[in-house]
Amino acid sequence: MEGFSKNVEACPRLLDLIPKERELLGDREDERSSSEEKKLELRLGLPGEDWPLKNTRERHESQLNSFGYFTNGNNQTQKFPSSADNSHVWFNQQQKGQVAPPFLTFPSSTTPPTATAPQQSLPVMAKESSQPCCNKAVVELQQCAEKKAFSPPAPANTAVPNSSQKSLEFYHQFTADRRCLTAPGPVVGWPPIRSFRKNLASSSGSYSKPTVESLNKPVETCKKGLFVKINMEGVPIGRKVDLKAYDSYEKLSSAVDELFRGLLAAQIDSSSNGIMNKQEEGKAITGVLDGSGEYTLVYEDNEGDRMLVGDVPWHMFVSTVKRLRVLKSSEVSALSREWKHQAREGARELCEQIAMNFAVKILHRSLNERT
Amino acid sequence: MITNKKPRSSDTDSIYMRDDRTEMSEDDDRSPSPNSITHDSSPTRTYTTGSGPGTGPGSSSVPEYLAPCPDQVLENVLENVLWFLTSRKDRNAASLVCRSWYRVEALTRSDLFIGNCYAVSPKRATSRFTRIRSVTLKGRPRFADFNLMPPNWGAHLAPWVSAMALTYPWLEKVHLKRMSVTDDDLALLAESFSGFKELVLVCCDGFGTSGLAIVASRCRQLKVLDLIESEVSDDDVDWISYFPDTGTCLESLIFDCVECPIDFDALERLVANSPSLKKLRLNRHVSMGQLHRLMVQAPRLTHLGTGSFSPSEDVAQGEQGPDYVSAFAGCKSIVCLSGFREIIPDYLPAINPVCANLTSLNLSYANVSAEHLKPIISNCHKLQIFWVLDSICDEGLQAVAATCKELRELRVFPFEAREDIEGPVSEVGLQAVSEGCRKLQSILYFCQRMTNAAVVAMSKNCPDLVVFRLCIMGRHRPDHVTGEPMDEGFGAIVMNCKKLTRLAVSGLLTDRAFAYIGKYGKIVRTLSVAFAGDSDMGLKYVLEGCPRLQKLEIRDSPFGDAALLSGLHHYYNMRFLWMSACNLSNQGCQQIAQALPRLVVEVIKHEDNLDMDENVDTLYMYRSLEGPRDDVPRFVSIL
Repeated sequence: MEGFSKNVEACPRLLDLIPKERELLGDREDERSSSEEKKLELRLGLPGEDWPLKNTRERHESQLNSFGYFTNGNNQTQKFPSSADNSHVWFNQQQKGQVAPPFLTFPSSTTPPTATAPQQSLPVMAKESSQPCCNKAVVELQQCAEKKAFSPPAPANTAVPNSSQKSLEFYHQFTADRRCLTAPGPVVGWPPIRSFRKNLASSSGSYSKPTVESLNKPVETCKKGLFVKINMEGVPIGRKVDLKAYDSYEKLSSAVDELFRGLLAAQIDSSSNGIMNKQEEGKAITGVLDGSGEYTLVYEDNEGDRMLVGDVPWHMFVSTVKRLRVLKSSEVSALSREWKHQAREGARELCEQIAMNFAVKILHRSLNERT
Repeated sequence: MITNKKPRSSDTDSIYMRDDRTEMSEDDDRSPSPNSITHDSSPTRTYTTGSGPGTGPGSSSVPEYLAPCPDQVLENVLENVLWFLTSRKDRNAASLVCRSWYRVEALTRSDLFIGNCYAVSPKRATSRFTRIRSVTLKGRPRFADFNLMPPNWGAHLAPWVSAMALTYPWLEKVHLKRMSVTDDDLALLAESFSGFKELVLVCCDGFGTSGLAIVASRCRQLKVLDLIESEVSDDDVDWISYFPDTGTCLESLIFDCVECPIDFDALERLVANSPSLKKLRLNRHVSMGQLHRLMVQAPRLTHLGTGSFSPSEDVAQGEQGPDYVSAFAGCKSIVCLSGFREIIPDYLPAINPVCANLTSLNLSYANVSAEHLKPIISNCHKLQIFWVLDSICDEGLQAVAATCKELRELRVFPFEAREDIEGPVSEVGLQAVSEGCRKLQSILYFCQRMTNAAVVAMSKNCPDLVVFRLCIMGRHRPDHVTGEPMDEGFGAIVMNCKKLTRLAVSGLLTDRAFAYIGKYGKIVRTLSVAFAGDSDMGLKYVLEGCPRLQKLEIRDSPFGDAALLSGLHHYYNMRFLWMSACNLSNQGCQQIAQALPRLVVEVIKHEDNLDMDENVDTLYMYRSLEGPRDDVPRFVSIL
């Protein structure tokens, strides 16, 4: 807070407003995304286990480890960061100063931040975990072979959020007994009901449609591959491709040809005379990337939009693609007109938005100056 | 002739055993008691050099051998006679008589049942039985349904369908349970068997609507397409429209588990084009209005799954909807009703016209109260099978007990499957059912609290019980009135129910309960144990006392290596043993593996912990003629 206001003292130049604004925007985004990331990347661990930091964003791992995760070190009570280290703990706030996060209050945290490189670090509340994680962890009883006494959780003056409390309870159970006889928490596979019977309670009362867990997993990520579904127009059987097996669009394109050439030939055969003509291999499927062939490759990204394959750098494509489709090129040209229109619309809206915000800022400044 | 006819504990023709009943209900285990006559199915060992009626024209002995006509005639007669033998238990017995009978039986068997797809290889099965028309295959163990096993464990259909494509061109029926089926498998199936008639997939996964589309379009003789509690992925293919427009021979179409929306117009056309359709179970994307239209098209239905049983969203409130009551009145043949996936209870009375004839009613997705249920159930005098949610409370169960005197099977599922709530059904409901439904044969009951007294009462009131599965959802929960363990209740069940073959126990149980089971459960074939027992003695009682035990699944119970070793004499007679989160060690499992070479001993680790640990997370072992399978995922090690 303090740091921020210092910068505003001087008479603001219009250009100054923009960077600040971006900072603010950046903060919110970062906060949101990192809190989401928090959910994604955190897992239940055990006393003494090192946190695997999978995210590739810049981190200062050594600093993090020393900041006393609740379970770090078997013998330690939870460590509060010392006042001098306060600044490093809170993600995204380092540049502007101390904003006490809602879920943890420190005994003392008044020193201004030292100017350091932005550290988007994991929050100290390291034990947030989603329910499935808990379940799984409870079942993985082999991990509780380490029967170390877990140090008691939050001391009186620390507010600990509920999820963390629950997860701390789990640790007590783990260390208590391998069979978790006293575990109050849910256990995998108990009661023994199949998953499609389990969602009934969530739809009760309002008689609305139940939120059935989606059985469709368009993207499966596992340590080994990134599988996305790929469908070709006119061929009922879809397939799956592992995008991690390719590193360029060309390779993907030839894979598509391999996958569908035979199927397409079979389809054409079957619809014409019903007899599989095994001698014809079918003609190759080419030109899927540049629009020159009979078919074109498109994909659906994580926002549900359909895009042409090949426009963005490969790694960006891999990170956003959810599903692939091979469409007839004639259809795609209709699509592309639609896309262009959408792009123009989108760009216009964005410009309007920025101009609006800019104008508002100026107004505010001028108002402040007058008073 | 085979000199030794005594039962041997080596395997196993019983791998091929199959029940006469063709129904496969949700947790079906209705195989007859295992024929203790087993035989080593490697043909060479049973071939004898004896002379006499056993040798026939295929015998490889004297070059100047002249086939005596009477023998030939005998064999022909035998062949004709054996065609009529349908019970697989009898067939297995017949195949042991002598070489000739073995051969003829193999030629005349038309239904192949494989209870564990890894017990025998496709090649071995297809080379012994060459004229099969119907195949039933079961794959994963049941506890895999409850996420106790990592995905991709196995049970792939692919090797089977490839082998069968080569050897069984006239295959008509395939029934699968807990197998992994891919779209390619379905495509191969559709391509390879021109007369294919029946496909039933129970608790399967790995395929999607594209596979269904291929089956629909290729299998022109298809009569039955039943998808029961399977996971079907949405490939954006409108599979219903792939059925031929010219008409189908469909008699049964069950797709209530398919979560993808369907094109209703295509479905309506299909129903109109399928004059033989008797069984239709819709998924939850079919609204009541659409159901109405279908019922009008197909008044001869006998089995109906009603879809969502709520109006679609664009029907305005208070608008006069179609006359559902008369639609039901028009379907005079309905005997089995299910669905009600998103029911608005006010509509339930629409089924009144068919209640008097109903033999089977499945409300297990319908959140209805006792008040909603009573007017309906009071008309269901002929009801034999009733599946319901515990939302009807004890009061609803009392109403059932008052009316449904013919009830054979009752399943009460929990609306909220948690351990820490009060729970709407209890011993009161169980007691009422036991007093009202004396002919009860099978019960599955989820509850939060129970007493020994009620269970004892049921054991006395319902002597015909074959299946007793009680799930007290709170782990280790005792009799809530007396505070004692539930030992006496379950003990009474095994003691008094002389026909009991399947038992699932729960609640606080000591070794005493297992002592009862070992002492009295002489025909028990399937036993499910969770969070029970005190020591190794519990498991020992069971393994030593239950000679007919075939399937044993145990989780989170304190049984260790010593107990495991006490069952060595019996494991070849079992289909499988599952033990997860017990006190087993690698060493103990190794001992078993070494002592019993025909047993496949799989140690399954959870994916996140692949280090070799002394403790065994999950043990799954089964007899097999093939040794370790070759499609083992990395989290499984075979000892």
